[in-house]
Amino acid sequence: MKTYVARRFLALIPVALVVATVAFVLIHLAPGDPASVIAGPDATQEDVRKISRQLGLDAPLPVQLLQWYGRLLQGDLGRSIFLRKPVTEAILDRVEPTLLLTTSAIVIAVLIGVPAGVLAARYHNSATDQALMAAALVGISVPNFLAGLLLVLCFSVWLGWFPVAGYSPLEDGWPATLRSLVLPALALGVVQSALIARIARSSMLDVLREQFIIAGRAKGLGERAVIYKHALKNAMIPTVTIIGISFAVLISGAVVIETVFNIPGLGRLIISAVLRRDYPVIQGVVLCVAGVYMLINLAVDLSYVIFDPRVRYQ
Amino acid sequence: MSVIALPHEATAARATPRWLVLLARRRTTLVGATLMVAVIVIGLGAPWLAGSPTHMDVAARLTPPNRAHWFGTDDVGRDVFSRVVYGARLSILVGAAVVIFSVVVGVLCGLFAGHYHRLDNPIMRVMDGLMAFPAIVLAIALMASLGPSVLNVVTAIGIVYSPRVARVVRGSVLVVRETAYVEAGRALGASDVTLMGRHILPNCLSPVIVQGSFVFAAAVLTEAALSFLGVGVPPYVPSWGNILSEGRLYIQQAPWLVLYPGAAIMLTIFALNLFGDGLRDLLDPKMRGRDAERQRAT
Repeated sequence: MKTYVARRFLALIPVALVVATVAFVLIHLAPGDPASVIAGPDATQEDVRKISRQLGLDAPLPVQLLQWYGRLLQGDLGRSIFLRKPVTEAILDRVEPTLLLTTSAIVIAVLIGVPAGVLAARYHNSATDQALMAAALVGISVPNFLAGLLLVLCFSVWLGWFPVAGYSPLEDGWPATLRSLVLPALALGVVQSALIARIARSSMLDVLREQFIIAGRAKGLGERAVIYKHALKNAMIPTVTIIGISFAVLISGAVVIETVFNIPGLGRLIISAVLRRDYPVIQGVVLCVAGVYMLINLAVDLSYVIFDPRVRYQ
Repeated sequence: MSVIALPHEATAARATPRWLVLLARRRTTLVGATLMVAVIVIGLGAPWLAGSPTHMDVAARLTPPNRAHWFGTDDVGRDVFSRVVYGARLSILVGAAVVIFSVVVGVLCGLFAGHYHRLDNPIMRVMDGLMAFPAIVLAIALMASLGPSVLNVVTAIGIVYSPRVARVVRGSVLVVRETAYVEAGRALGASDVTLMGRHILPNCLSPVIVQGSFVFAAAVLTEAALSFLGVGVPPYVPSWGNILSEGRLYIQQAPWLVLYPGAAIMLTIFALNLFGDGLRDLLDPKMRGRDAERQRAT
């Protein structure tokens, strides 16, 4: 087990290297000289030279790449051109809303998705099952930003229950924060719950075909005990891993939904950086999100061992 | 060509119509296919079905849906119906172009990685690295460098989805290359190109077709999301994402700016999902259930 974990961590290194290289290439993908692109059309020669020096773009490409790896190893993501502060600081300033949004979305997704999937599997092929799965199919067909807009239309514009947009930071009291997160978290969570419901249902159905379920029924266990005690526990293994993956998916979903609700999180940060061609910030956010994404995926794979003692790794 | 008829060649001619028949037999798949054809017909027939999507009638700005403007007008008096119809055209164009891009790149990478052991590690590590980014975040970052245009949107989304096709192809190649008929082909002196192109690839196509249908849906969604965020196709191009992005600002006065393009996106993705699920159950029955969902999720 220990060697397996160590091996998985080592396997992350080449992937991380590719990720870092992709982030490095981003700035050189733009047609023309990156420094003058960043400086904009009105910039003087002096401005362009200054940016070129600040970003280390005046060195030969291989040297730049090595310097880039070196800086990343020290946790240095460079300085934002527009915000005039270190990128790490800019990211830390914006992490709170994104993290809260993602966490509340995953809670909503699990609370809706798991019971819906279990119910659909228990009454397999019934009207309940078909209705739930039809709803789930509609659910996976709605882009999250559209779900957000529709929720705003319904609950803010027509009913007036929630603010149309905006975010209240935690330091102004958590009730206000919670209120500002209800709609965006619902938009993300409900859409993701459709996926979780489909997985919970299919893994539940797989488990219900197993011998120990037949044995349980044969020894006279009630349907309730069979479903909720024996089947559910085993069906949760794939479901839990998909919840982990959902967390990773929701982080990128949050990037989009923040625009709908004007929430000052990582998503707004990267979009405004794109519009201002603030490359260090773009690279920083991309690296940060990819890093979290990789770690979550690793945690998901490792969780198999914890949740399913039958799984053994050499 | 060898004198021995290899098994897949004998069945290939018969197989195609049969799976079409099977596909048509499922009601949900048929509904999905019909809706998809409808969207394609509407998109391709846009110039005959709708008026100009860019004509501005400032006097008639933000008019609710009526007989002249079925879906109402936007903030500069453009006909929303025309824009939604032309948006279908763009979505189909982007979806199809991304599928072609990612299937060509993905199949080549997957084929080489699976067939040549030496290339496996380098190619697949790069693919893993690209897949380590969440799709939309990588697409946003690529668009930042490439700049807003339809071609760049296709390139960015294509780069994001190629590794997913490559992974599927490589997996199948690893299985197919061990089969007796590939060994027979090699024993008869077939070159690597013949082996890969004639014997291995045709037997790896089912999962590629299934993956392609999901890439199409993902591409339509990603284009809409990118344009909605303002980093996709240029603002003057009628795209569902662009219409929603402008409509968001007028959601209180003119909800039709959100409702109609929103319904168009939902219907299209719904149709693609129905069709894709049917295709998968038929062509790739092992991929049912949670593995398939996991693949969709990432």
